[in-house]
Amino acid sequence: MSGILNKTLLHPWHSAHGARFTEFAGWDMPIRYERGPVAEHRLVRASCGLFDISHMGRFVVRGEPSTAFLDELLSSPIAGLRSGQSSYALMCRDDGGVLDDVFVYRISATHTFGEEGWLVVVNASNREKDLSWMRAHEKSGLTIVDASADIAMIAVQGPRAIELVDLLCGGQAGSVERFFSRECAFDGIPALMGRTGYTGEDGVELYVAAGSAVNLWEKILESAERAGIEAGPIGLAARDSLRFEPGFPLYGHELSEERTPLEAGLKWACDFSKPFAGSDAMVVRARSEDAVRLVTLRMVDKAVPREGFPVFDAVDCHERVGIVVSGMYAPTVDGYYANAYVPAHNAVRDTPYSVEVHGRLKSAIVVKRPIYRPSYRSA
Amino acid sequence: MNFDETVRYMKSHEWVRKDGNLMITGISDYAQDSLGDVVFVELPEVGATFKKGDAFGVVESVKAASDVFMPQSGEIVEVNTQLDDNPALVNESPFGEGWLIKFRPTVPEEWSELMDMPAYRKYTDELEE
Repeated sequence: MSGILNKTLLHPWHSAHGARFTEFAGWDMPIRYERGPVAEHRLVRASCGLFDISHMGRFVVRGEPSTAFLDELLSSPIAGLRSGQSSYALMCRDDGGVLDDVFVYRISATHTFGEEGWLVVVNASNREKDLSWMRAHEKSGLTIVDASADIAMIAVQGPRAIELVDLLCGGQAGSVERFFSRECAFDGIPALMGRTGYTGEDGVELYVAAGSAVNLWEKILESAERAGIEAGPIGLAARDSLRFEPGFPLYGHELSEERTPLEAGLKWACDFSKPFAGSDAMVVRARSEDAVRLVTLRMVDKAVPREGFPVFDAVDCHERVGIVVSGMYAPTVDGYYANAYVPAHNAVRDTPYSVEVHGRLKSAIVVKRPIYRPSYRSA
Repeated sequence: MNFDETVRYMKSHEWVRKDGNLMITGISDYAQDSLGDVVFVELPEVGATFKKGDAFGVVESVKAASDVFMPQSGEIVEVNTQLDDNPALVNESPFGEGWLIKFRPTVPEEWSELMDMPAYRKYTDELEE
């Protein structure tokens, strides 16, 4: 099986450090290491974890029309981003369905990327689809380069992540504002550092020339050990629970071409003061009678709800009204939770539902999102 | 990897141990290691009866739900209620505190159809190849 899968440059390191692998979007990725996903999750919430996310797609967009091009294609206020600033955004079809959720950085000239331009980071599973979509909307004077193979990506996340990274870059991480980026040398290795992440903790995402990825990864872990900062590698299983608790969507689960950002509760990532692909259609769909809405359910009866499990009206248990798109044991809040699509008119807090788990109906209730408040939001 | 010598094994990685007239069943160290962190265990009602090979419960790890199967036919006399609050016992002590059920066997001779430790160990070695 692994013969036909892509491998990141850190794959041999993961293998040598007790990783178990799984196929993810055509990549052979670590799902967990020896300490296991629950302990990995807790390590990130308590101290620091490293994530090899080089499987994600990275496009560099340059040229005079690039700002207008991305502003029309993406949901967030792209034109208003300052040099070095980044934003989460949805890329939608004309009918409002989500093609992908992306992070877009406005980058100044850097050693890692060259001339100024835009960096668009996309999901591994959508890389080819996204590239085709962007190229189909290309304007003259624009260049779109798939830099995924040239640039590796390492996330360092957790309450001690900034302190750790600062040891290698002369204390620059702490002075980068959240959702901004800066190029720094990490003990001699140049890398673009974004104060971003997808765990609900403070931290950075590092973009480094592919050839330096293993070196940088090892330097970070060595620094942690010298400084007595507990840190370790984190697999995809913990990455999933870490993104789930703070309410971050995962493409293919909370997001798909069948759902709009408004149904997914991502109005905050949409700038309706400008037109963007799908903007009108998603508003129309949100007003329709059969509109759905993403909710988080807490399992009142203990059970692990999983993707695809049907959701029933709690009173009329014969009527299937929704579907689970993500579900799991959430370690930090110590409970069983599901994200599910239910009718938009029945999505308020405390609404009871039943989830069918292994043939039996289990009580659940709509709770406030997110179930875990990201530390950087409360800081 | 631990292999308990005092129990017999199924190909689906459950073990069974004689305990007086009763039998105790859990999942092997190999099984818990493959599953990873166990976050929930669904166990049957006391008094329920099953045939050999019937699914009697579900062990849920972070990423997967796995049915667990009866190594012998029997009636459930006790389930490990400690797992309700601490399912990780299945990982920490698969042959001990992480046991799943006690049952009264209705076909005691089914014991001899199960793998002993050396046979199970060989079987897991072959799975790894």
